[in-house]
Amino acid sequence: MLALTGFSKWLAATSLSHTIQTVTWIIPTLQTIHILCVANAFSSAVLVDLRIFRVFERDEPLREVTRRFLPPIWPVLLILLATGSLLIIGEPRRSLVNTTFYLKMALLLVAILLTATLQRMVLAAPEVFEDRSRQLAGRALATVSILVWCGILFAGRWIAYTQAG
Amino acid sequence: MSYIQNLIAFFEDSSIADSIRENDTLFPTIESIHVVAICLVVGSILVLDLRLLGFASMNRPVGRLTRAILPVTWGAFAIAASSGFLLFISNATKYLANGYFDAKIVLICMAGLNMIVFHAVSTKDLPQWEKQKSPPLRARIAGALSILLWIAIVACGRWIGFTMQEL
Repeated sequence: MLALTGFSKWLAATSLSHTIQTVTWIIPTLQTIHILCVANAFSSAVLVDLRIFRVFERDEPLREVTRRFLPPIWPVLLILLATGSLLIIGEPRRSLVNTTFYLKMALLLVAILLTATLQRMVLAAPEVFEDRSRQLAGRALATVSILVWCGILFAGRWIAYTQAG
Repeated sequence: MSYIQNLIAFFEDSSIADSIRENDTLFPTIESIHVVAICLVVGSILVLDLRLLGFASMNRPVGRLTRAILPVTWGAFAIAASSGFLLFISNATKYLANGYFDAKIVLICMAGLNMIVFHAVSTKDLPQWEKQKSPPLRARIAGALSILLWIAIVACGRWIGFTMQEL
């Protein structure tokens, strides 16, 4: 914890951090881009989950829906990583010494694993969740995916309310 | 005018608004629900916008994609609007005095209007072009306008947080 505080102080003293802190439009702009990308990744994942529940695009094979929505998540995640990193550099203490931030990162890791697994499974064996016996497994995976993504968004908002004073 | 002011005062003075103001976890919880719902609204409508622009889902007929996406969008919008209303009444006077809040409401109405106009103009001949990979110009304009409006709406939402005085 002490090392993180020290690191945060060092980061906050860099000239890049100083610029982000003092130019007032930078942080809201970064946050806007960040949220738009979150909206994109979150909705893409949820739409595939809804397809697994057969409430979205039932007339389209799961493989097609997966191929349209899951692969684009990865480049969007890179933009999220970039804007997220800049936000941390601008206000290191807000996240680096904040438990909620680490909860968000842990949930993000789970979401990445889930999404990658889902993408690989469906694209390798298109019928994987279509037959009745495997349907339950698919729905369980889709439920966890929706909950984890919602958890990421909740944690993201709560970072602002749990930062050290 | 005074009728509207009375109505706003009625909501702002209600016990629900008071709880949201005073309770430490209620406001952030409703705000989180608002963010989740808005993300789903923006993300799902983007799917349709990109189709109208001819950038994605090109093998899906526009009519079918619309019927699949819009229930998700409207469901999420209902949650976003009601959670947004609760956040609004917790501090109605200050929100109304905030230019970004007013701009956000106007922009949401414009996004709705864009949708209504597109439907009115395009429903008739939709079957003729809905399978085209690149839809006609007016459909592409509607898609582009929708993307720009929703980006502006999200930006206003974020700017409200930076320009409101202490809640």
